[in-house]
Amino acid sequence: MAGIAAPSRLGLGEAKLNQVQQDPAWARRLLIFAALLSLGLLLVLPLATILVEALGKGWGTYWAAIGDPEALAAVRLTLLTALICVPLNLVFGVVAAWLLTRYKFRGRDLLLTLVDLPFSVSPVLSGLIYVLLFGLQGWWGAWLNDHNIRVIFAVPGIVLATIFVTFPFIARELIPVLESTGKDEEEAAKVLGASPLRTFFQVTLPNIKWGLLYGVILCNARAMGEFGAVSVVSGHIRGETNTLPLHVEILYNEYQFAASFAAASLLALLALVTLLAKNIVEQRAGRERGSAQ
Amino acid sequence: MTDLTQSPPSPSGRTQRVPAAPGFHLCLGYTLFYLGLIVLLPLAALFSKAATLGAPQWWALVTDPRVLASFRVTFGCAAAAAAADLGLGLLAAWVLVRYSFPGRRLMDALIDLPIAMPTAVAGITLVTLFVPGGWIGRWLEPLGIHVAFTPLGITLALIFIGLPLMVRSVQPVLQELDPDVEEAAACLGASRWTTFRHVLLPQLAPALITGFTLSFARVIGEYGSVVFIAGNMPYKTEVVPLLIITKLEEYDYAGATALGALSLGVSFALLLIINLLKRRYASGEA
Repeated sequence: MAGIAAPSRLGLGEAKLNQVQQDPAWARRLLIFAALLSLGLLLVLPLATILVEALGKGWGTYWAAIGDPEALAAVRLTLLTALICVPLNLVFGVVAAWLLTRYKFRGRDLLLTLVDLPFSVSPVLSGLIYVLLFGLQGWWGAWLNDHNIRVIFAVPGIVLATIFVTFPFIARELIPVLESTGKDEEEAAKVLGASPLRTFFQVTLPNIKWGLLYGVILCNARAMGEFGAVSVVSGHIRGETNTLPLHVEILYNEYQFAASFAAASLLALLALVTLLAKNIVEQRAGRERGSAQ
Repeated sequence: MTDLTQSPPSPSGRTQRVPAAPGFHLCLGYTLFYLGLIVLLPLAALFSKAATLGAPQWWALVTDPRVLASFRVTFGCAAAAAAADLGLGLLAAWVLVRYSFPGRRLMDALIDLPIAMPTAVAGITLVTLFVPGGWIGRWLEPLGIHVAFTPLGITLALIFIGLPLMVRSVQPVLQELDPDVEEAAACLGASRWTTFRHVLLPQLAPALITGFTLSFARVIGEYGSVVFIAGNMPYKTEVVPLLIITKLEEYDYAGATALGALSLGVSFALLLIINLLKRRYASGEA
């Protein structure tokens, strides 16, 4: 490291730090190449595959697969599921994050662990636990059967399993944001006589809106894309209890690859929109932080 | 319970109570109600069902060669994938934080693709790439490397799923590293490689362990992205989540439940061990 004997003492800090933290050019190039190659193979190539496979038999086949009544029913069910799950989890996420960051109470750590639980539980188990409650052999199966209420192999089961899988997302995004904004502004609002609701909507919400939005985006992406949990409780009834991911699976297993990838392309689009939205949200949040300081 | 947001008593002695956060009991009640309904009740059903099994049934389960094989496949592939993500994640995080190159921002955004992409889509896509005639498979097949429908394929799918968890654990820590330490190492004549091994790596270790734990925990239960590429042959490429589904489809609810409870127990035990190791490591550093 000959470069260390810096020529001038002036402006030493900045320039030297950069130089010291710099790797040799060959190492830099090698590492960048290795990263681009491996991530290209692992992340970019799959996206290209979806596009090529979906359009492999031409646009006609593509639109026919998307416009198929069963595909449309799957899209509708997927949208309906997200439409129920996201608002419910939104309210829960805000309340739970508020509770966990604004109060100190016994059992707080336990509650935090419970909120994180779905992250470490297999999707298959997330479906299984509802089968054990509502399935024919489950706790309430006989009663539900007597009253002709279907939960498992029907839409309510799909919604419940999806709620379970997606409920941590919004709370998880909000907890660090609420922790970092602190409670000073809320206290000030309170002292000035604002009602709790007004404090929340005019003081807290503007501070957490980007985190909240990002949580909603993630929650929605997972709600629409969940496969394992939904696959256990759905029963795969075509046109009735098939969500879009399940529709993709059925077509694939029937060797209708073009149609399967056409349906998958809708979900891949959802993923890309999610990533884009995430980036926009992060940029906005970063800019606001920058202007605030 | 103490109200964190309570303001200090005013000098006059007459405390004007200012609970900036409204409704502790309301929030707590609602959170517990929701969690109870969505999480605790179903989990109680799981454990009460598992508890109805007698000791002989449990013994039969844990000595069943097919169950044992599925646990070997699942945990083996998960460990291999998390280990591979350790290297790949560190590489990606390092390159993203330290270097500037065309496509850096795009790469940063794409890291989260496996989180945003529905697992079933990832599954059918990976298997299409790696079957013998696929874009990547056709290059590997002549070399005698079979990916699709082998444990290697399962591991690959799990590497894909675990990667963002690893990168996002390491990246912020790498960004916040104090440059002074590196500077000192360089001043003392250390090469970049020595600096990396003896100065940077120890500082990154907790983040690496966290990332390993997160991705390991996530991929143990993975189903959607694995089930297509695995081939699902009993004893060879059958993972635990798939075996649970198979048992459910055979209406063997007790077997499925027991297997579920067992895998939950094993993964929690493993995570506990990893967390203990991490704590010991952290206290050893301090």
